[in-house]
Amino acid sequence: MAAALIKLSDLPIGSSATVRSFPPQDPAFIRLREMGLLVGTTVTLVRTAPLGDPLEIKLRGYRLTLRKSDAAHVQVEPTP
Amino acid sequence: MAPPPHLSAPARAPTYALVGNPNCGKSTLFNALTGLKQKVGNYPGVTVEKKIGTTYSQHGQPITVIDLPGAYSLAARSPDEAVTRDVLLGRRSDTPPPDRILCIVDATNLERNLYLVHQILDLGRPVILVLNMMDLAAQAGLNVRVARLEKELGLPVIPCEAVTGKGLMELRLTMSRSDLPLARHAWNVPTPIAPAVSELASSLVEHDHKLPLTARAEALLLLTDQDSVRVAGSSPLSPRTTEILQGWQQRWAAEGTDWAGTLVNSRYDAIGELAAEVVQRVGVAGPSTSDRIDAVVTHPVWGWLVLGGVMTLLFVSIFTLAQGPMDWIGDHMAMLADGVKAQMPPGDLRGLITDGAIGGVGSIVTFLPQILILFCFIGLLESTGYMARAAFIMDRLMSRVGLNGKSFIPLLSSYACAIPGIMATRTIEDHKDRLVTILVAPLMSCSARLPVYLLMIAALLPGDLMPLGAKVGLMLLMYALGTLGAFGFAWFFKRTLLKGAPPMMIMELPPYRLPGLRDVALQMLERSWIFLRRAGTVILAISIVLWFLAAYPKAPDGATPTQQLAQSFAGQAGHLIEPVIRPLGFDWQIGIGLISSFAAREVFVSTLGVVFNAETTNDNTAPLRTALLAARWPDGRRLFTPLVCVTLMIFYVFAMQCMSTIAVVKRETNGWKWPLFQTLYMTGTAWILSFIFYQAGTALGF
Repeated sequence: MAAALIKLSDLPIGSSATVRSFPPQDPAFIRLREMGLLVGTTVTLVRTAPLGDPLEIKLRGYRLTLRKSDAAHVQVEPTP
Repeated sequence: MAPPPHLSAPARAPTYALVGNPNCGKSTLFNALTGLKQKVGNYPGVTVEKKIGTTYSQHGQPITVIDLPGAYSLAARSPDEAVTRDVLLGRRSDTPPPDRILCIVDATNLERNLYLVHQILDLGRPVILVLNMMDLAAQAGLNVRVARLEKELGLPVIPCEAVTGKGLMELRLTMSRSDLPLARHAWNVPTPIAPAVSELASSLVEHDHKLPLTARAEALLLLTDQDSVRVAGSSPLSPRTTEILQGWQQRWAAEGTDWAGTLVNSRYDAIGELAAEVVQRVGVAGPSTSDRIDAVVTHPVWGWLVLGGVMTLLFVSIFTLAQGPMDWIGDHMAMLADGVKAQMPPGDLRGLITDGAIGGVGSIVTFLPQILILFCFIGLLESTGYMARAAFIMDRLMSRVGLNGKSFIPLLSSYACAIPGIMATRTIEDHKDRLVTILVAPLMSCSARLPVYLLMIAALLPGDLMPLGAKVGLMLLMYALGTLGAFGFAWFFKRTLLKGAPPMMIMELPPYRLPGLRDVALQMLERSWIFLRRAGTVILAISIVLWFLAAYPKAPDGATPTQQLAQSFAGQAGHLIEPVIRPLGFDWQIGIGLISSFAAREVFVSTLGVVFNAETTNDNTAPLRTALLAARWPDGRRLFTPLVCVTLMIFYVFAMQCMSTIAVVKRETNGWKWPLFQTLYMTGTAWILSFIFYQAGTALGF
């Protein structure tokens, strides 16, 4: 359990992680959850856009893009 | 939960609402079901397309289908999603709530698609689930067990391939069933929240007059969205319900319960269990075709080349493909006017028909080839999935001025014509971002400005003394100025007038798909028709007004067209505005040209032809150039000095002089406020910059 948590925005390209925490009760993040990004969901950082932002992540079999500044609020545990 | 007995077969054929996530093939299914039997309009008060179509049961009975906008959730975040939510909850007076719901899901992406389905099952209406893209799911190594899903949910599940029409027959058969079951929606609201939901639901029925059938769904939405007014519709919540809601929220906050998150989680928990039963992974899929395409299309180097290539192709096709039809339309409009002239005696009625009505209709229709091509391209970019990639690549740059990547295509299209650009802003969910994009789009130099730039560059220096490089450079400078202006004003508006926390940019990158040509063609025709019908009436009216201004009062018999125009209302208006434009170096004759540009900017050229009595055609402006060079102020100074020519170009970069754009902005923003504001700020900027440029130039001795 005691694995180190990092920000989703700091995840290296191509690696996967499990979501561990969200900003609680923040309305902006409700939609992200409704899109299936929940505590316990496995995500893979596929790539960044050519200019380094936003990020492309893969979850539940589909691709989603979000900005680094938003992804920085999501804490993930990298999959070893 | 057993279905209530009163929901047996309705007497008339039931109305269906078609709902689903974006990119799940909903429009394709709607087109396949209804063919050309569709009515496209607008939901009053919002700029969301309203599509209603008719399909037929196997006995030939008509069934009405409403195609609701694509939505990820009923907790709406965009005007599109709000319409879907409001129609389903029976809140829109213009659209009665549907009897039954047709949910379409993408079988390759079942979990996220089922989230919306899960919310819809709360509504207590019969639902048919359409599993679309079964072929693609199989290719991706997924086996979706349809019978199992049907059994678990207790509702009809129809596997289907909307693109090929496979499964449509079974779907029609199911839609005409009179005994559609209600789903066994075995979903328990999590324990800490359940009492609040039932308390809120009964208060909503009692105090807010919500339908008992949908009260539970309304209560659940209240808890997932923070903005209760937005959730409850236009009317604020009753004090009693607000009190209950706040009471629970305070209690949960004290306990540390994340109620909205818990609700979303418990839905996904239920969906996860279902998906584990239903979806079998039969093979390990390697990188898909989509992955391989994306490796190039979003590559740090190749990505830019692909984007540049696509955009070049877009512009080359507009300028090459549209020119022929545009000339053809122009010629035929002229022939039509000549035909009328030959048939009718000269007089006001003839003038009204040929110059007012035919001229006005002509200026609308001449735009059509460009608009059709642009809509075709936008449709192709959307249906292949490239649109989302372009937004993905451009988001970083657009964020510098406070916009997001979705504003890129509308702004780029505006280089050809602002009208399709502005109509394409409908893909931008955030209201403020959309409005800012609409406000700055006409600053991107459109193709109607080109003839004006070309004439002014030609008039800059006598003969062909000017090197080609300088001409091209000047032209590019004008484009750069417009672009800079658009981004500058976007930045300014996002910081002042339309300030607000930027919403989170969350966008799906759908897999690449072959475009549905029929869907693209239908959409292209629908959008062009909307432009013709809605904007056309305004444009026709303004054209007739402009004709009247140029035709009255009548000059004495035997006057030349130049004399007629000079003493008409338009000529008088030219004199009237001369004090305002004189500091820019323009006289009343140029004033007439500026006023007539409202029909379309390129009309400036033909108007100057009449004003300076020079025979001009589109292909040959040499006589006009000579006439311009000969034009003098009353005191004998040259009128079109190089400084005035450049000032006029700067004025055209910024001024809002296009009634078609104004008409479209009025339609897209639902009122006159924003088009008026836009006209004032753009024309004001044009005046100020032209003033500074001309006065500085004069002071420096040019």
